[in-house]
This record gives sequence, C-alpha cells and structure tokens, in this order.
Amino acid sequence: MTTSMDETRIRTEGLNLFYGPKQALKSVSVDLKKSRVTALIGPSGCGKSTFLRALNRMNDLIDDVHVEGKVLIEGVDIYDPKVDVVELRKRVGMIFQKSNPFPKSIYENVAYGPRINGVNDRSKLDEMVERSLRQAALWDEVKDDLTKSGLALSGGQQQRLCIARAMAVNPEILLMDEPASALDPIATAKIEELIYQLKSTYTIVIVTHNMQQAARVSDDTAFFYLGELIEMDETKKMFTAPSKKQTEDYVTGRFG
Amino acid sequence: MRSSDLYTRKFHVSEFLAEKLIAATAFLSFAVIILIFVFVFREALPIFSSSEPATHDEAVQEEVETYGEEALGEASQLRAAEEKERRAGSIEHVEGNASLRNLLSTDWQPVSGEPKFGLLPLIVGSLKVSLIAILLAAPLAILAALYTSTFAPKRVKEILKPAIEILAGFPSVVIGFFALIVLATFVQDLFGTMYRLNAFVGGVALSLAVIPIVYTIAEDAIAAVPKSMTEASLALGATSWQTALFVTLPAATPGIFAAVLLGVGRAFGETMIVLMATGNAALMTFNVTDPVRTMSATIGAEMAEVVFGDTHYNVLFLIGSILFIFTFTLNAVAEFYIRRRLLRKFRGG
Amino acid sequence: MRNAPWLGTLTVVGSGAAALTIILLVVVVMANILIGGWDTLSWEFLSAAPTEGMTAGGVFPAIVGTFLRVILMSIVGVPIGAITAIYLSEYASQRSIFARFIRFAVNTLAGVPAIVFGLFGLGFFIQFVGGGMDRAFGDGVELRWAQPNLLWASLTMALMTLPVVIVSVEEAMRNVPRELREASLALGASRWQTVYKVVLPNSITGLLTGGVLAVSRGAGEVAPILFTGAAYFLPHLPNSLSDQFMELGYHIYVMSTQSPDVEATMGIQYATTLVLLLLTFSLNFAAVYLRYRMRKRAIA
Repeated sequence: MTTSMDETRIRTEGLNLFYGPKQALKSVSVDLKKSRVTALIGPSGCGKSTFLRALNRMNDLIDDVHVEGKVLIEGVDIYDPKVDVVELRKRVGMIFQKSNPFPKSIYENVAYGPRINGVNDRSKLDEMVERSLRQAALWDEVKDDLTKSGLALSGGQQQRLCIARAMAVNPEILLMDEPASALDPIATAKIEELIYQLKSTYTIVIVTHNMQQAARVSDDTAFFYLGELIEMDETKKMFTAPSKKQTEDYVTGRFG
Repeated sequence: MRSSDLYTRKFHVSEFLAEKLIAATAFLSFAVIILIFVFVFREALPIFSSSEPATHDEAVQEEVETYGEEALGEASQLRAAEEKERRAGSIEHVEGNASLRNLLSTDWQPVSGEPKFGLLPLIVGSLKVSLIAILLAAPLAILAALYTSTFAPKRVKEILKPAIEILAGFPSVVIGFFALIVLATFVQDLFGTMYRLNAFVGGVALSLAVIPIVYTIAEDAIAAVPKSMTEASLALGATSWQTALFVTLPAATPGIFAAVLLGVGRAFGETMIVLMATGNAALMTFNVTDPVRTMSATIGAEMAEVVFGDTHYNVLFLIGSILFIFTFTLNAVAEFYIRRRLLRKFRGG
Repeated sequence: MRNAPWLGTLTVVGSGAAALTIILLVVVVMANILIGGWDTLSWEFLSAAPTEGMTAGGVFPAIVGTFLRVILMSIVGVPIGAITAIYLSEYASQRSIFARFIRFAVNTLAGVPAIVFGLFGLGFFIQFVGGGMDRAFGDGVELRWAQPNLLWASLTMALMTLPVVIVSVEEAMRNVPRELREASLALGASRWQTVYKVVLPNSITGLLTGGVLAVSRGAGEVAPILFTGAAYFLPHLPNSLSDQFMELGYHIYVMSTQSPDVEATMGIQYATTLVLLLLTFSLNFAAVYLRYRMRKRAIA
C-alpha cells in the first residue's frame, strides 16, 4: 500500500458482530484512509451494510447485537464505554439507502442538526443551511422555496437534501448506504458527481451493489463475502487484477 | 485534534432524567394493577381474619402487621367509625357475621335484623346473565365478523364497521336505560313473562355491550389468517364459503376463542346495564325469566349506602375481589391465546 | 356435506343476517332515543338547572359536572398514557421483562370491570389518600378529602381510561417510519431529542385520537363514580375539587330507577340520554375521523 499509517482515519481490528447467535461479521480488520472514497461491495447479506452501520454504532438500536474487537476512529475505540455515542454520530454522518427527509420544510431539515446542537441564531442557521445546501449541489434548485416540504422534492433531490442535512453537523466521515440505489441514472450521476467533489473534505465510505458505480466513484474497494473481508485494495487493482479468486469471480459478474 | 474529546462522555442530565421519568411513569400502569389488588383485597380482608363480630380489634391488628404504618391510620379510622356508630346508638346496628357458612348460604339479606351474606345467588345471577348475553352475542358477532371479512361487498363493509364502532361507543347507562324502558316492555308483551325486569332482559341488553368486543377481536383474528392459506384453498377450486368455513374459521379459532373469553369478562363485570335491567332480586333460581341480582349490580346498588368498615362493606369488597380475579384470569387466558395466534402468524404457520 | 349448496347458502345468508341484525339493533336503539328525547331537548333544557324536585327544568349542572370530570381526567390521564406509550414504543427493548410486565398490566387494566375501579377509588383515593390528607391537614373532625368528590372520581376515571390512551398513542408512534428515527439519531440527536422532535410531532393525531377516545369512554361510564363523587341533586355547581358533582350518566340512572314518579319525567330521562349519546357520538366520530386520517397518512 502506498499510504502511510497516519493517514488512517478508521481502523477496525478483529471486528466480530453478532445478531443474537448469528454472526454477521467475522474478524474484519481494515484501514480506511483520509480524503479517499472507499467502496464496500459484495452480494446481498454479505455484511457490508452491517459493517457500515458498525462504524457509527447504528447497530446499537437493534436488540441483541453484540460486538467484539475494535473500531478505531482517529485512534479512539468507539466501542469503549467512555465514548459518547451521540458525539460519535455527529462526527460520523450517515446517508441511507432510502432517502429519509423529515416531514418538515427543506430549511428545517437542514437546520435540524445545528438546532439539536443548540444553534438558534437565525442568521447563523441561515448561513449553515445555505452552505450545506451548496455543498450538496442543491442550493440553486431549492433556494427560492426553502419553506417547501422536503417530501415535495424529487427522489434525487431528497437524497441530496439528506446529504446536506448530514453535512450541516460538520462530520468528518460520511457513511453512505447504497445512496443511489433507488434513483434514476440522471439523479445517480448527480450523486456520484457530488461524492467526487466531497472527498477532499470528507472521508467517505460507500456501500454499493453496482460494480460500475464502485469503479467510478471510489479510490479503494473492499470486497465482503459471508461476513468476511475477502480483499481490499485500490479500486483500479481490484477491478483489473484482484489477488483473490472470489473477488475476481464477483467483479466479473460470475456470481452475486 | 478533535478525536480526543470523543472520550469525554458527557453526562446528559436532561437525557438521564427524561429516561428515568419516562420509565417511572410507564411503571405506573403496573403499579395501579398492584394497588387495585392491594386496596380492593385489603378492604375485603377483615372477613377472613374475624369470624366473630366482636373481634374487630383482631382484624385491625392483622392489618397493622400486613401493611405497616399507613394501616395505623386506617385502623384508627375504623375505630372512629365504630365509635360513631356506638354513639349514634339510637339504631341498633347489628354487626353481621360473615363466616364462611354465611357467605356460602343462599340468602343475600345484608340489611335485615340478622344480616345474611350468601354470595351464591349473586354468583349464580352473574353467571346466568353473562351466559345469556354471550350465547346471544357470540354467534351474532362471530358470524358478522366472518361476513365482514369474507363475503361482504365493500359498500356493506363500510356501513357495518362504523355501525359496530357506534355500538361500542354506546355508554352502558344508555343501553341500560333502553332495556329498562323499551326492551323490558317489549319482552314482556312478547313472552308474557311475570316480571318486567328479569335475567333474560338483562342478558339481551348486556349482549349489546358484548357484541362489539367479540366482533372486533374475532374480525381481527379472521383477518390475520394468512392470505396464502385462503388463496391455496381457492386455487384448489374451493368456493369462497367453503374456504371461509373449512379454512379461515378453523385457522382463526384461537383468536375467536379469546374474543369470546373477553366478551364473557366484559359481561361479567358490566354494572350499569344489569343494575337497571335485571330487577335486582337475589333469587337463587335457574329460571331465565326470574329477576336476578348480579355481583356487580350488588356493589353498585349497595356501596353508596353502607357504613364504611362494617361487615357489609367488607363483603362488597370481597365481591369486587372475586370479580377482579375472575376477569383477570379470563384476560390472562385470552391474552395467551391471542399471543399464540400471533406467534404462529409470525412463524408463517 | 362439504359441498352441499344449501350449506353455502346458509353460511352466506346466515352471516349476512347476523350482520344485518347488529345494524338493526344499533338503528333501533338510536332511533328510539332520538325520537323519545327530541321534543324535550331544547336550549333551555341544556342551560337550566333541574326544578321542582327534578321533575322539570334542565340538566345544566349535570353537563357541567360531566365536562369538569372529563377535563380533569384528561389532564391527568392523557400525559401519563402518552408517556407510557413513549416508553413502550421508543425506550423499551421488546425483550425486556420490565416492558413485558407493563404491557401485561396495560392489557389487564383494560379488562378490569368499571365497578372494580370504583371500589379501588373508594378504597385507595377516598379512604387511604383522602383519609391521609384529612389527618395531615384537617382538624380531625370534618371530613374534607376522605369522602366522594370531583377529584377522586376524575382520578379513578383517569386510571380506567389509561389503556385507551396508551394503545392509541403507541399505534401512532409505531406508524412513524423507522427511517426518520434513524435519520435523527445518525445526525447525533439523542434519544429524547429524537422522540421530542421527530416521533412526537408525527404522532400528534394519535395523541388526539387517544385523548378523544378516553374522554368518550370516560363521559359515558357511570359505574366507577357511583360512590366516588357523583351526586343525585346539588343546588349549586361544584366550585372546588373536594365538591361532589352532578353527572349526565348518573342522572339518567337515578331518574329512571329511583325517582318517585318515573312516568312523569320520561321526557327528561330521554332527553338526558340523548344529550349523553350525542356527546359520546360526536367524540367517537372525531376519533374515528382522526384515526382514518392517521392511517391514510401512514400508508402514503
């Protein structure tokens, strides 16, 4: 690998995750680097989404989840009991497969994060909302109807609104769970373009089903199969000369 | 470096308080059940601790031991009540003897010279009226539920469901009033019964209150039968009525059984309807056209007039305890059946 | 027999007839009370107090008593019910024993007969709490709290209608999509912030429905107040929590069973019943409408 240790932003060490008796992740150890986009690929049920949700502890919401091993974000183990999970999630934002704007106005959707952090000053909020919407490349489309309901937007716009909303809390890492799977090709292209622009500022981890998408947007790719990390490398190498047979079979479409 | 402050887990006071407060409030429902147990039974308790009327002090002692300090107040109040009676003096008040033999006798004459607290006629009365009510209500409600969920055209369904919701919204005192004024006369004209108000009139009126409960839960149970099951039957060439009768209904049986149990519970505990429509005579007969006095109606009619703390008062609480235990048991059994059905549903069985 | 055509006809016709019978019963009862009470019902009837030993006049005090009681009941019962629903839907893990106990308690509470609640009100609120208050604050002679009154009747009613509120609010909360909760939590909102800012605003209709249903149930139920606060006749309106009160349902009960000349007051009895019926109906209709809107939105 060409990158050195101190560029690592997220590192997992022997991460095991169980839903009740069922093991969903098997000893996953991985380094995810700053200012890069990492794609997680693999067939359905391979653990890639579970892994993503382990990175901001969204799995905590499910009864019966049990985690072993370490997830270090900038050297801090986020499963340490001393870690504040609320603080963690502010640092590690998440975009979901199905866009999920609140049934509130566009403005209030983006202002939600700042507001729960105690920002109530109107001009400050205005500024944060505008900046986030610009970053999400949505500002020009919605600037005249910020009071319109977020649910009135098109699917692609809704997803960008969710990205803007996530960025309004100034995270360092953005986790994306198949963010474009429900969108048409044009909206998908916009999201991909956005990801490309955001990677200078954020560490991005994206789960995708779509090989071409992984190839287009990511710098590194990790291949999961049956809860195990089979292989991780630079995307270019993963798609042209993977070192494992399973990876090759998957990226060439022989299974999955 | 921002990462270090991830460690400084803040103690969110409001978050902590909110969670504790919410859990404590939720606990209230559970506490109320316990309190009902304790406070209804506690007022019935003196019956069992004193078989002789003169040993009231003993009963008081018993209470002190059982309930600790707060019972002291209660005890003094009991004494005060006794004291007041003694001072009143003019009416010779006879402390009733509520021995087991008295309780199991067939006479309910709580305010006669020698009070008789025989619970049997009341228990028989409650059972009789409830039985009539459930025999009328259950077939009607279950058939109507079957009709709604399998045969009814959409338009009919849209009338039927609100109609039943309206029936469920009838205050029981309104049904009681209707039974007292209209139904009783109608039944007497129709069958020429000797008494206007009797067990049958009460049972019919009560069935109006029971129908919505049985209907709602039975309909729910029938609707919960997996579509795959009924579709399989239809695909084999069965008609819709054959499917309804031989597939849907048997599959929904546990839920329907629960519906009937809850209906019985409602009938057994209902007060205003029976109080107004059954004639309230504590007769120990099995004739459905005789007037009847149920347990709930007895409490409703007599509690306002008893002396707090005397035997009659305690016996009324004992009746309440029996009602509570009975409905509690029915609910627990019904819930067991409903849960089992749900479990089966989730397993896809 | 399993394919006998007569059995098919019998099933369809029989179940249809059962449904029709129920509808007819509802219509007959409603029509009877509407026709019987219509002539007596007037503005004066609603706004005047009973006169001439309750053989004439109106039911104003009973209406006031009913309203006071349900308002007090809601002030206590709706928040408790809503918070319990929040606990069950948002805080409790589905497997926790504590939550299962509470769920069982709520179901049990729903099945406890109204008259038993009355006994509980008498034994707990009047004798125990009221008695304690009198001993603590009273002069030891006059009973102020250890007797039936508006407060104890309302509290008894609040406990009785608790399950109605809980079930309705919980249903509404479960209709709030999980995605919205996740969105909020992923933005670094705490659990309470998520409940307060996302779940609650989206289940307001359920809260309203629960409240309205509880009020409707409470307004029509007489058994628990027979000996916890209702009075036959009072010359003045209640002006404190420790006063007794007149009440519509109780009024119907005493007028139709205990007045010396039942025939003479038949019009008043019918009209009072009609007032109570209209009151509970409008409340039920409101609840049905709200629930319909809520479910439609949940599907959309």
